[in-house]
Amino acid sequence: MSTFPADLRFTHDHEWVRPQSQTWRVGITQFAVDQLGDITLVELPKEGDEVTKGQRFGTIESVKSVSDLYAPVSGKVVAVNAQLKDSPEDVNGEPYGKGWMVDLEPNDSGELEELMTADAYSKHVAAQ
Amino acid sequence: MTTTVRRTPLWDAHRQLGAKLIDFGGWDMPVSYPAGTIKEHKAVREALGLFDVSHMGECFLRGPGARAAAGKLATNAVESAPVGKAVYTLLCRPSGGVVDDCIFYKKSDDEFFVVVNASNTAKDLEWFREHGASSTCDVVDVSDQTALIAVQGPKAVGVVDALADGMLADLPSFSFAETPVAGVACLCARTGYTGEDGFELACSPADAPELWAALMEAATPLGGLPIGLGARDTLRLESKLPLYGNDLDDDHTPLEAGLGWAVKLDREFLGAPALRAQKERGLARQLVGFKLDETQRAIARHGYAVKDAGEVVGTVTSGGPGICVGGAIGLAYVPSRLAAPGTQLRIDCRGKDATATVVSGKFYKRAKS
Repeated sequence: MSTFPADLRFTHDHEWVRPQSQTWRVGITQFAVDQLGDITLVELPKEGDEVTKGQRFGTIESVKSVSDLYAPVSGKVVAVNAQLKDSPEDVNGEPYGKGWMVDLEPNDSGELEELMTADAYSKHVAAQ
Repeated sequence: MTTTVRRTPLWDAHRQLGAKLIDFGGWDMPVSYPAGTIKEHKAVREALGLFDVSHMGECFLRGPGARAAAGKLATNAVESAPVGKAVYTLLCRPSGGVVDDCIFYKKSDDEFFVVVNASNTAKDLEWFREHGASSTCDVVDVSDQTALIAVQGPKAVGVVDALADGMLADLPSFSFAETPVAGVACLCARTGYTGEDGFELACSPADAPELWAALMEAATPLGGLPIGLGARDTLRLESKLPLYGNDLDDDHTPLEAGLGWAVKLDREFLGAPALRAQKERGLARQLVGFKLDETQRAIARHGYAVKDAGEVVGTVTSGGPGICVGGAIGLAYVPSRLAAPGTQLRIDCRGKDATATVVSGKFYKRAKS
């Protein structure tokens, strides 16, 4: 069974969330990266955009396929990882580090508790 | 009924190399190795790569009637090729639609070796038996007795030739020879599916692991990598080589696919009357290469619609990143009025209209050595 960083929370769609002081940093998990293969293009919202929980807010193109990113919470985009425009491979190399995607200011930070822990996410992945 | 996923003789080697394996047409095949598709693709362009293509189908047409049978089945003039030549051809239905694309290797007028697409093996064998077999021509399926390894890239010829005691460097393109490689009896063809120079080596399944290991040992110090199906697809697309099931099928003819060079209409073969008539009429639609315009942040993939004035007028058959040529590239069937190089196309990329330009020729052309 794969292991995932214990300080993160996870969605069923294979995104991770790292709670920071006011915001949540969002990226995709190692499991998602392994499934996608080499990533060639990441389309993200703009700073200031509002996103809605469960709605598509970005796109990831890998060599073989295209997949959507879904917002883990409703809120406002306060930062976007602009490096990914030129270096989408950072998502493959460091999905929890340099490969982060956006910082969101959640409307309700209490929703963090609704996301899976690393243990629960490991079980979710193992069942796939 | 139980379905079993089949394994090539090199399955253990792929596992040991850490390959990611997927079900590809009933075969458990490496889609990529730990280097990943992009690095694998570049290794083939810059050095060399090894491909296990043992899942492909192989058969013989044998007997005094083999020459006539080959000529009836193939759109290209395989029957009159010199002995020792490998000829790319289509197999067509009477309608002109494509059954498969494949290579005929002429061993003699009485014996042709044929390599067909893995996903079409059963269909093709049936086709050969129905339209090629006779009291004077046997169709012999040797798919299970044949392993196939492709070695492709600018350093491929040197590597294979050194393991073949210098017997192969002078073999011309689209020719073959039977000579040992690393002590393993092989049919060695100067062919491939990457746009690079190299060989495809057919040997017995029992010998395949030994041959693979010798090739890996020789290739690795030169920057060679094992290559999965992911890079096989991006390499062939950059070289504008069609893939059956994407760019070729029952509903499109070789002429529409731009493969007229492999259709010799001055002969009689299955589909010839329909293709002659189509040529006479002119083509209503054509397969074209396109490049998405630089500003488009998207990739146009298989199945996406080509639009003109709001109407769907065509379909993308293959698409992906141009790993060595940059941007996003693809192939699409479009009406002939939109097929000229430089024509602007609009492609519906998941609800977003992306602009693309028709380009002529291969996206990637290797430098002639």
